[in-house]
Amino acid sequence: MFELLGISPQVLLGQLLLGLINGAFYAILSLGLAVIFGLLNIINFAHGALYMAGAFVAWILLHYLGIGYWPALILAPLIVGAFGIVLERTMMSRLYKLDHLYGLLLTFGLALIIQGLFRNYYGISGLPYQIPSQLSGGQNLGFMFLPNYRAWVVVASIVVCFGTWFMIEKTRLGAYLRAATENPALVSAFGINVPLLITLTYGFGVALAGFAGVLAAPIYSVNPNMGADLIIVVFAVVVIGGMGSILGAIITGYMLGIVEGLTRVFYPEGSAVVIFVIMAIVLLIKPEGLFGKEAR
Amino acid sequence: MSIQQTDTPASSPIANDAGMSPLHKAIFLGLLAFLVVLPFMVYPVFAMKIMCFALFAAAFNLLLGFGGLLSFGHAAYFGGASYVAAHAAKVWGLTPELAVLSGAAAAAFLGLIIGSLSIRRQGIYFAMVTLAFAQMVYFVALQAEFTGGEDGIQSVPRGKLFGLISLEDNISLYFFVLALTFGGILFLYRVVHSPFGQVLKAIRENEPRAISLGYDVNRYKLIVFVLSATFAGLAGATKSQVFQLASLTDVHWAMSGEVVLMTLLGGMGTVFGPILGAAMIVTMQNYLATFGAWVTVIQGVIFVIGVLLFREGIIGVISRWLKRPL
Amino acid sequence: MMKKLSLATALCALSTGAAFAQEIDVKLGVLNDRSGVYADLSGEGSVVAARMAVEDFKAADKGLNVEIISADHQNKPDIGSNIARQWYEVDGVNAILDVPTSSVALAVADITAEKNGVLIDSGAGSTQLTREQCRPTTVHWTYDTAALATGTGAAMTNAGGKKWFFLTADYAFGHSLEENTARVVEDNGGEVVGQVNVPFPAQDFSSFLLQAQGSGADVIGLANAGGDTVNAIKQASEFGITQAGQKLAALLFFVTDVHALGAQTAQGLSLTEAFYWDQNDNTRAWSKRFMDIQDAQPTMVQAGVYSGTMAYLAAVEALGSAEDGKAIVAKMKEMEFNDPLFGKVTVRGDGRALHDMYLFEVKSPDESTGEWDLYNQISSITGEEAFLPMLPECDFTKQ
Repeated sequence: MFELLGISPQVLLGQLLLGLINGAFYAILSLGLAVIFGLLNIINFAHGALYMAGAFVAWILLHYLGIGYWPALILAPLIVGAFGIVLERTMMSRLYKLDHLYGLLLTFGLALIIQGLFRNYYGISGLPYQIPSQLSGGQNLGFMFLPNYRAWVVVASIVVCFGTWFMIEKTRLGAYLRAATENPALVSAFGINVPLLITLTYGFGVALAGFAGVLAAPIYSVNPNMGADLIIVVFAVVVIGGMGSILGAIITGYMLGIVEGLTRVFYPEGSAVVIFVIMAIVLLIKPEGLFGKEAR
Repeated sequence: MSIQQTDTPASSPIANDAGMSPLHKAIFLGLLAFLVVLPFMVYPVFAMKIMCFALFAAAFNLLLGFGGLLSFGHAAYFGGASYVAAHAAKVWGLTPELAVLSGAAAAAFLGLIIGSLSIRRQGIYFAMVTLAFAQMVYFVALQAEFTGGEDGIQSVPRGKLFGLISLEDNISLYFFVLALTFGGILFLYRVVHSPFGQVLKAIRENEPRAISLGYDVNRYKLIVFVLSATFAGLAGATKSQVFQLASLTDVHWAMSGEVVLMTLLGGMGTVFGPILGAAMIVTMQNYLATFGAWVTVIQGVIFVIGVLLFREGIIGVISRWLKRPL
Repeated sequence: MMKKLSLATALCALSTGAAFAQEIDVKLGVLNDRSGVYADLSGEGSVVAARMAVEDFKAADKGLNVEIISADHQNKPDIGSNIARQWYEVDGVNAILDVPTSSVALAVADITAEKNGVLIDSGAGSTQLTREQCRPTTVHWTYDTAALATGTGAAMTNAGGKKWFFLTADYAFGHSLEENTARVVEDNGGEVVGQVNVPFPAQDFSSFLLQAQGSGADVIGLANAGGDTVNAIKQASEFGITQAGQKLAALLFFVTDVHALGAQTAQGLSLTEAFYWDQNDNTRAWSKRFMDIQDAQPTMVQAGVYSGTMAYLAAVEALGSAEDGKAIVAKMKEMEFNDPLFGKVTVRGDGRALHDMYLFEVKSPDESTGEWDLYNQISSITGEEAFLPMLPECDFTKQ
């Protein structure tokens, strides 16, 4: 067997798989961000904070109400989504006519508030959340030990991402959504309630963030800062994929997870910055992003 | 993302091309008089911090409010210059004025490289490219030997101005900082109200028309980018002399966000808005430090209220009341 | 109990009546992280501890008029140094307490020396405070990275963990922790088989843990702190690394972190601390008072703020003034302290406080009887053994 820079193929295969798992989180998060940007033209800076909120809601459900992981996987995204709908109705809906900048700034402010509040109530150390008993343990794949839970994360992410893609690209509801993005006036002339569509889309995008939060709760520590730095990375993923491109966000999410994983083997110090290097290169060569339709 | 201003008086052509309008002159003089007595009323280091950030916000505003370009990576120039100035003063033993100048020069150089690559992009893409480059600068600051990692460059000597006047004393340092920052802000004012500034305005309002009039739009954009980076760097370099410290805080993306907040709160595209915005944010951070995590919450609330209710910023609102550009 | 109390009050009354006609004003500033990663292990809890010290010292009865203020340095050296400067120049603060985060502590130590104040550091771990950047006004009270390395590193190497692999947070603090521990490991006959620099902060450690697993090391040394360590331990258990026989050494870990992980995941982990709430009757009694106010058990950092404040006040009382920081620290180096939490403490010429350190092991969930019942004490290490020897040029008692 060949060796690449002293790394055995077994190790490399393991790292690729781990990269894919991280990519699974990037994909769900960037998908939500892309859906929101596509329809609302808002760059949802609060996405990381809502991801964190999803993890916390799962913890709160367990700790105060005794509701376990599986129900939380449905309930927490619903709660986060409902919260998102309130935000959209009360605040964001006032900004659609304005420049993107204002949506970015508003959600940046919201992110500060949400993170600050959780920090005040739950401290910073983080809270424990166990892996559900059905998924504890793991499989020995020969080249690495794969925890069952991580395998589940990849499966759940693929199902959710491609389900969403299918819904938007292939169903009637999706067609309305896409049409409303292009020409809201015309779509409402057909008797479709566009503001409602927009509100629900935001709720859905945010619920995806909450879903990713619940998925993350058992493997990362549930703490108020868990989404703070992630948002910038996910943001970069969306830009690389092409703003507003659903498929682009999904594929780029997985791809960058893998690239990051490989960087961790060959140049671990650089793994935090590699995504930005790629982003700069992509934007300079193909500003609309890898999967974007047109440059604006 | 071209920041189109709604048709407030603030964006109407400046009446007086040659000199300064009497109102602006009066405000600048009043401000100067206030700043001269300020260090005897409040803690001088606190006042110096406000002035550094005021210059930073004013430099940022040149790009956003007058150039119509939203950079999300201005921390790179602010922080990069503060590292260079701190290193120059501590390791090379330069006098404070030379240290500050070398910091600003480094920022100009950085701005030239990053600017020439990013001005080819527009809107949200411009913002993201600048952010990406700023993250790389942050990475260098974290990894490079001379920056001292997360400890930063500490115990930077305050030194002697021109090799003669000791700046150990807070009051003498204060007047050095006052001269630099006030001078910087006046210079930026001149730029905005020069023929060059008028062309910038034309590009911001209608880029295709400016091109058809024969202006080399990219050259103008690059110049304004480099100017903005240079003065952001001047502010960062000055800050490193005041605090005797250059640290990762100054290059972190949160700093880029903070300067947007300052500019937005005060009123972008106004002359005095960024100054007021910087003063308010710094004061708030200073006096709310004891509230711990609530500071973030309060800052977030200000962001939200500002965006929802006062998009023109405080000075923008006042300017509309007075029907005069401020 | 009643009898003891009345005796104490009588003594106090006597001493106040005799010696102290005038009041000594003392202003203490607790400067720490109140919103970031160290907020739980220092934060408001350290302020509470300082207040308890003033109360237990019976400062008012002894003619000391003590005021405590606090602020958040957000783990940023520029904010920390700004507050410290302002405290000394404007607010008339005499001593600064706690200051976690080494970069901030080093900046504050410099300003303290310049302004002739006193820094009693409890929260920071950098050995530089009493070595490369030693100052005559610095006292480093609770722990440092060398002591943690000695405690955990030596114990684990001697217990058979000869081959070490380090996951190092890629910043100066992480590197110094790794360096300190590697030295101890090698001194005890172990070897370092590899290391990887992990960007800081990180969420996902699986990739690095896999590299550690492949190295065939007996022990994986976690040269990081806070949330990073929590995540690394959590994921090591998830990937079956601990179950497969490799041991984890958390080189900087606090009781609040163990609490956050839960005994299920953290069981069997070895760590070194200067204090644990459940050590003896004194620590239990004090911690109960603390718990009533803070709703959490105290960390060693918070206990260290208490212990350090008591010692500082004793020195101020002995000198009769809080003005000259250098003189107070010099006085502290002459005295010997004994408090309910840290026991016997002396301060060395370089400002390093010497006291016992303890090696703990985290209990299994079966052994643990409550949310905070987390440690078994394995052994204790004397201050002379735990801390690095003094550098001659830092011995300020000889200058």
